[in-house]
Amino acid sequence: MPLLEVRDLTVVFERKGEKPFTAVDHVSFDVEPGQTVGLVGESGCGKSVTSLAIMGLLPRRGARVSGSVQYEGVNLLSLSDREMRDRRGRDLGMVFQDPLSSLNPVIPIGVQVTEVLERHQGMPRKKAMLEAAELLDKVGIPDPTRRLTEYPHQLSGGMRQRALIAIALACRPRLLIADEPTTALDVTIQAQILALLKELVRDLGTALVMITHDLGVVAGLCDEVNVLYGGRVVEKAHRHDLFAAPRHPYTHGLLASIPRLDAPRGEKLNPIRGSVADNIPWAEGCAFAPRCPNKLDVCVQVTPEQEDIGAGRLLRCHNPVQPPVSEEVSV
Amino acid sequence: MLRYTIRRLIQLVGVVLVLSLLLFAWLRALPGGPVSALLGERSTPESREALTKQLGLDQPIFVQYFKFLGRALSGDFGVSTGVQPGDAALDIFLQRFPATLELSFLAIVIAIAVGIPLGYMAAKRRGGWFDNISVGGSLLGVAVPVFFLAYVLKDVLSSALGLPTEGRQDAIDATRVTGFFVLDGVITQEWDAALNALEHLILPAIALATIPFAVVFRITRAAVLDVLDEDFVRTAESKGLTAPTIRRRHVLRNAMLPVVTTIGLQTGALLAGAVLTEKVFSFAGVGQALAIGFERRDYPVLLLLIIMATIVYVVVNLLVDLSYALIDPRIRTR
Repeated sequence: MPLLEVRDLTVVFERKGEKPFTAVDHVSFDVEPGQTVGLVGESGCGKSVTSLAIMGLLPRRGARVSGSVQYEGVNLLSLSDREMRDRRGRDLGMVFQDPLSSLNPVIPIGVQVTEVLERHQGMPRKKAMLEAAELLDKVGIPDPTRRLTEYPHQLSGGMRQRALIAIALACRPRLLIADEPTTALDVTIQAQILALLKELVRDLGTALVMITHDLGVVAGLCDEVNVLYGGRVVEKAHRHDLFAAPRHPYTHGLLASIPRLDAPRGEKLNPIRGSVADNIPWAEGCAFAPRCPNKLDVCVQVTPEQEDIGAGRLLRCHNPVQPPVSEEVSV
Repeated sequence: MLRYTIRRLIQLVGVVLVLSLLLFAWLRALPGGPVSALLGERSTPESREALTKQLGLDQPIFVQYFKFLGRALSGDFGVSTGVQPGDAALDIFLQRFPATLELSFLAIVIAIAVGIPLGYMAAKRRGGWFDNISVGGSLLGVAVPVFFLAYVLKDVLSSALGLPTEGRQDAIDATRVTGFFVLDGVITQEWDAALNALEHLILPAIALATIPFAVVFRITRAAVLDVLDEDFVRTAESKGLTAPTIRRRHVLRNAMLPVVTTIGLQTGALLAGAVLTEKVFSFAGVGQALAIGFERRDYPVLLLLIIMATIVYVVVNLLVDLSYALIDPRIRTR
């Protein structure tokens, strides 16, 4: 049985006097215990909203969430606010994008780690402090006892993100959601944080939902990849299959747009044309059609359905990219 | 931190010196003067001249000023000519300042006790009916003139609640220790005296609290709204912390910085003398002395009270600045 089973998750933002906006549109995916699953897409594709909906962190007013999120067989969406509070931090942990703004600036790091232990494991402050020092040590923060008494502004960016990872994993949740955890860090630190995440989820057996726009992160970390566009999953595949033979033109475009060091000097970059603003509603066809190089007439007339194309792959496209014929594609 | 405090206190000395000179000149530029105020309609030129000489007002203004400074350094700020004629100005201040302090303290406590919780609740229910009503109410609190509200409290509410409207205490036998009447009653265990003094404080304190309440409420609401949008509040939620922990430790703790500033400024303003409120409730504090002092051109008392108000204001603001360091570690380590 999957650890997490997301079915037809839909999030509609409603504001008085404005047209309702569907940020997440019937998204379904599974996460097996210990597995790392990527949610990939550009800004505004609904990946962050998906994670917030799973965590129950969307505002109660103005956001209508439907579908189901089964965690070990319990639909998280049907839980009360109180029951959800009991699970957050204990069963599900989350790491956010900007480590500086995600830590409380006026209380010591130690309290920010121990409060989650005190809350969910009823640990007394002293014991929690020892445990917190151990946690900081585990995420690679040197001199953890001293760091516990320090404030976020006294830590470097990478250390802050390590501290946040320690907080999210403090109660050994079975699922960790990481929402672009490396975006705000510089490149060398990015690699360290990714390596740390990879090691921790392996050692603890934690399942990881990795939300990113960075295909490099996907390549290094994820088992399964869901590519989101306009709030829907347009392609789902194992990492190797996805990189070897992207079938959706959007996925293909994402891969083709990565600049390559071995490309001849002066060769032009290869971006996806247009922007998310060009989308058409899914009800009228394929949202990606206005930007798609493979566009057919049918693409703006009929909404493409999600099809199973074998080998655990799902695809939502009228005119997919043809797979290269038995050719090794290196990533 | 210590060097900073000392520097600020030295600055204060400069401010007081310049201010006293300005005040000295300005008070004497006012029409009328202590002589006509003291002697009234029936004065003769001779008696006026005699009194002028007696008060030293016939000397050049700079001579008067330096004489004043010299005496002030030894604690002599002159003798009242109008508020309590014959009493030393310093005694008048020392006698009345505890009254104002007591009143301001209660007023600021009311403002904080009502303003902060209400501000937090309004922010949590942004755009809801509770928010709209309390924002409207706070506007009213700022807009209604104190003298109007004070009279409404005095004439309407006092009889309904059975609260006194005049003075600091009824003529009951009470021992004086500190000059704070409520505190005195508690120290000497004269509970009826303490209660009586407290009853006298309630209505003027409410009148005085309206503006600080409204300001504290609005600043709290705005600060909480800002903090609620912060990422670390989302992190706190993602840890599954209970609502009270998030409110206390993560939201209010961060929202307090602007609120503390506001409370400091408001306290300073109240301590400088609640002229209107004290006048309406015949409350024998600094504000009342200022009002009477202006009516009767009591130069020594006015000079001292205004200088003291300045010192209190600057010191309160210094305390506020120092308290930032307690609230925000980013300031502490700088």
